[in-house]
Amino acid sequence: MAQDHDHHHHDHAHGHHHDHAHGTVLSDVELRVRALESVLVEKGYVDPAALDLLIETYETKVGPHNGAHVVAKAWSDPAYRDWLLKDASTAIQSLGYVGRQGEHMVAVENTPATHNMVVCTLCSCYPWPVLGLPPVWYKSAPYRSRVVMDPRGVLQDFGVTLPEGKQIKVWDSTAEVRYLVLPERPKGTEGWSEEKLATLVTRDSMIGTGLAKVPS
Amino acid sequence: MNGGADMGGMMGFGPVRHEGEHEPKFHAEWEKRVLAMTLAVGATGQWNIDMSRSARESLPPPQYYAKTYYQIWLAGIEKLMIDRGMISAEEIEAGRVLAPPKPLPRILKVENVPTVLAKGGPTERESDQPARFKAGDRVRAKNIHPTGHTRLPRYVRGHVGTVELLHGVHVFPDSNAKGQGEQPQWLYTVRFEGRELWGPEADPTLSVSVDAWDSYLDPA
Repeated sequence: MAQDHDHHHHDHAHGHHHDHAHGTVLSDVELRVRALESVLVEKGYVDPAALDLLIETYETKVGPHNGAHVVAKAWSDPAYRDWLLKDASTAIQSLGYVGRQGEHMVAVENTPATHNMVVCTLCSCYPWPVLGLPPVWYKSAPYRSRVVMDPRGVLQDFGVTLPEGKQIKVWDSTAEVRYLVLPERPKGTEGWSEEKLATLVTRDSMIGTGLAKVPS
Repeated sequence: MNGGADMGGMMGFGPVRHEGEHEPKFHAEWEKRVLAMTLAVGATGQWNIDMSRSARESLPPPQYYAKTYYQIWLAGIEKLMIDRGMISAEEIEAGRVLAPPKPLPRILKVENVPTVLAKGGPTERESDQPARFKAGDRVRAKNIHPTGHTRLPRYVRGHVGTVELLHGVHVFPDSNAKGQGEQPQWLYTVRFEGRELWGPEADPTLSVSVDAWDSYLDPA
């Protein structure tokens, strides 16, 4: 599948200049989506206000800050960490992160010996309640095809190099189970509050294509 | 099916092009509308999530690879709605209604959005079926090539792995996608060593775990 965003794809397909799709002329796909939406609204299949609320929810409310909260709590509270590793669905629900694409959660812990990475080779399965919508690269062919075979090569694309002997466990989300990586807590963060720790937790560190930030 | 979506182990797609930690959530307005329409028409209950995945993944591979992800979703909902007589291809082309709507028992109203999202679609089912495997058991992924929807990736078929986790009894996508019912089965996570999957040259530190339903597996 194309990794490019639509304006690039459009340029390619029609040989238009890059600026074209950004101008006043709508691309074919924009026109098609508008046409479809107006048909669905007119037929009464969708409530336009519901569409707006769905977008607002995933644009502003649900995102990796939820997952960062989970991770920071697990770093700060050993009992919560144990609960998260034993029954992630319930432990995550207890913080209020529930629902679609997070119904059955498993948390996998990075350690000095093991690094975990998550993919969905077949489509785009991703733990929405804790990470939000997946980034484009997560759904793209380069990531999906390669991470199950050459995870170290993929990590290089993210500027991450792991020690040679470290075990790499890749989790391919082929069912409705969704995986959250619990990254290693960076050194030099002893005594940090949960809120401060959360600032070190990146989205990529919870997918496994990155590590938590190191305090400066 | 052995379609374009099943791409684990393929080569030649180039490097992963990430846009940094704070990439935009959408790259065009229309992508937002496609996401929202997909969720909203999905909530009308005219198909299940497995039918929805199947509609996307059964796109001919040249189309699947040429489209961006939200274009695949767009193609998916168009197909699902056309197949069920909710809309016609002519209506999408015309951008207006040409035939009366199909009566739907359920529409996602704005006031129900938070509840519907929070409820999600759990796939675990109550069952007294005993699990055939336990953690540590050696299993072989069947060498099967179903022409319909399946969630057993090609790259593990025929290979031996170890049962790592048991997840309970879950809706079976292969039947559910075809409208043949949920037929719930035990779901396991099976871990395969990198060298078992990719040969002696593979990264010796690699293992890959997939979630596999009972009928995908044989004892090994």
